[in-house]
Amino acid sequence: MQSYIPIFLMIGVSAFLGIVFLVLQRFLGPHRPNPEKLSTYESGMPPVKSARERFSVKYYMVAVLFILFDIEVIFLYPWAVNFRALGLFGYVEMILFILILLVGYLYILKKGALQWD
Amino acid sequence: MEISPVIEALIKIIVVIFFILLPCVAYLGVQLERKLSAWIQNRVGPNRVGPYGLLQPLADIPKLFFKEDIVPAAANKFVHSLGPLISLTIAFSTFAVMPFGDTLPIVVNGVVHNISLQIANVNIGVLYVLALSSLAVYGITLSGWSSNNKYSLLGGIRSSAQMISYELSLGLSIIGIVMLSNTLQLNDIVKAQSGYYLFGFLPNWNIFVQPIGFITFFVAMFAETNRLPFDLPEAEPELVAGYHTEYTGMKFGMFMLSEFLAMFAAAGMITTLYLGGWQAPYIEYLNLSPFVVSLVQVGAFFTKFALIVVFFMIVRWSMPRFRYDQLMNIGWKVMIPLSLLNIALTGLFILKPIHTWFN
Repeated sequence: MQSYIPIFLMIGVSAFLGIVFLVLQRFLGPHRPNPEKLSTYESGMPPVKSARERFSVKYYMVAVLFILFDIEVIFLYPWAVNFRALGLFGYVEMILFILILLVGYLYILKKGALQWD
Repeated sequence: MEISPVIEALIKIIVVIFFILLPCVAYLGVQLERKLSAWIQNRVGPNRVGPYGLLQPLADIPKLFFKEDIVPAAANKFVHSLGPLISLTIAFSTFAVMPFGDTLPIVVNGVVHNISLQIANVNIGVLYVLALSSLAVYGITLSGWSSNNKYSLLGGIRSSAQMISYELSLGLSIIGIVMLSNTLQLNDIVKAQSGYYLFGFLPNWNIFVQPIGFITFFVAMFAETNRLPFDLPEAEPELVAGYHTEYTGMKFGMFMLSEFLAMFAAAGMITTLYLGGWQAPYIEYLNLSPFVVSLVQVGAFFTKFALIVVFFMIVRWSMPRFRYDQLMNIGWKVMIPLSLLNIALTGLFILKPIHTWFN
């Protein structure tokens, strides 16, 4: 746990620096709001409807697939650290695992989950 | 002279942030990028403020503090400020595990103190960097959503989908290196790259040992840092400024700062993982004292680092932007199979080194 203290300090110092920036900006800059200035920017047109709209389902698909594959990636790390100790046995096992992963990957390709038109 | 580890860490953090990162952003980032783009486009670039325009960043950055902070009436005020704060914190924190050098031997009263030139030498360095690059998605997505602007929202969503797609090949390409060095500690990965490869003169850097992994990692890093040719989140012709359309003053400055810092973190990671980090080849033939060796190694790190940053900039000013479907296709259909192939090949060559193949 000792070696993690500098990391927490680093995160603390940089968050503090960010807050200092935000506060400085608040006090140094002018503050003269008017309704025109505070309206949403839409290339000079009056804004049409809110931006809190539905968007393409493909982005959700990418997010779900990311979670699936990222778990596999993290699963490979402990194996990679012990690769030399596991030797040929570990290598064959992991190739099998990657092949099973590839079957799923080919399935989503075939289903068109990654098709962007 | 014994100082507590907390004080030592604080001193290192302050040196890294205020004497390395912020000057790097000002000169290697803002100033060099403007000058380089000017030279590439046959312009002069900033040359009025100070000799050769060298004081330009000192004029540009304070200016941002004196601008009005406009928060659109329709925006979610708290999240609107949280976005840049998260981005900046994450961007700085990556440097906590970056090995700038090995150890600096300092002699005090005849006793040698070996000071590690790394803020935190944790045994999960690689995972920490990957975790932070995942968290960086939050800053961009939250600010895109909170602005309540269609351009920002599209920029934020595009950016999150792009970053998570390329993170897969990023994680997969590093596995090749972890297999070679059997550690996740960044300083040990650098140490594993000492010595010479093939013919006895090529340094044993991972770029020569892992060429496929290097290419996939490099491309993924471009996409992670939202630089051209992958800067879809802020594609100017379609999305105005993408996720930071509704930001002004220093909040915009914080995004700019974190974008440059992300580029530096990418350059630092490429140097550490693939270009031998602080290893300076052939230095052992010169019979230098340990103190000088360690200074030369820090110099070697920053030289490689600066060259990678310049390469990032040249690419930015000479390549057109990808279309979004092309970007996703490269990420999912080229990079991921390539990095899986890299893992299989790396394993094969570790189990049966190439010189044993023909006898």
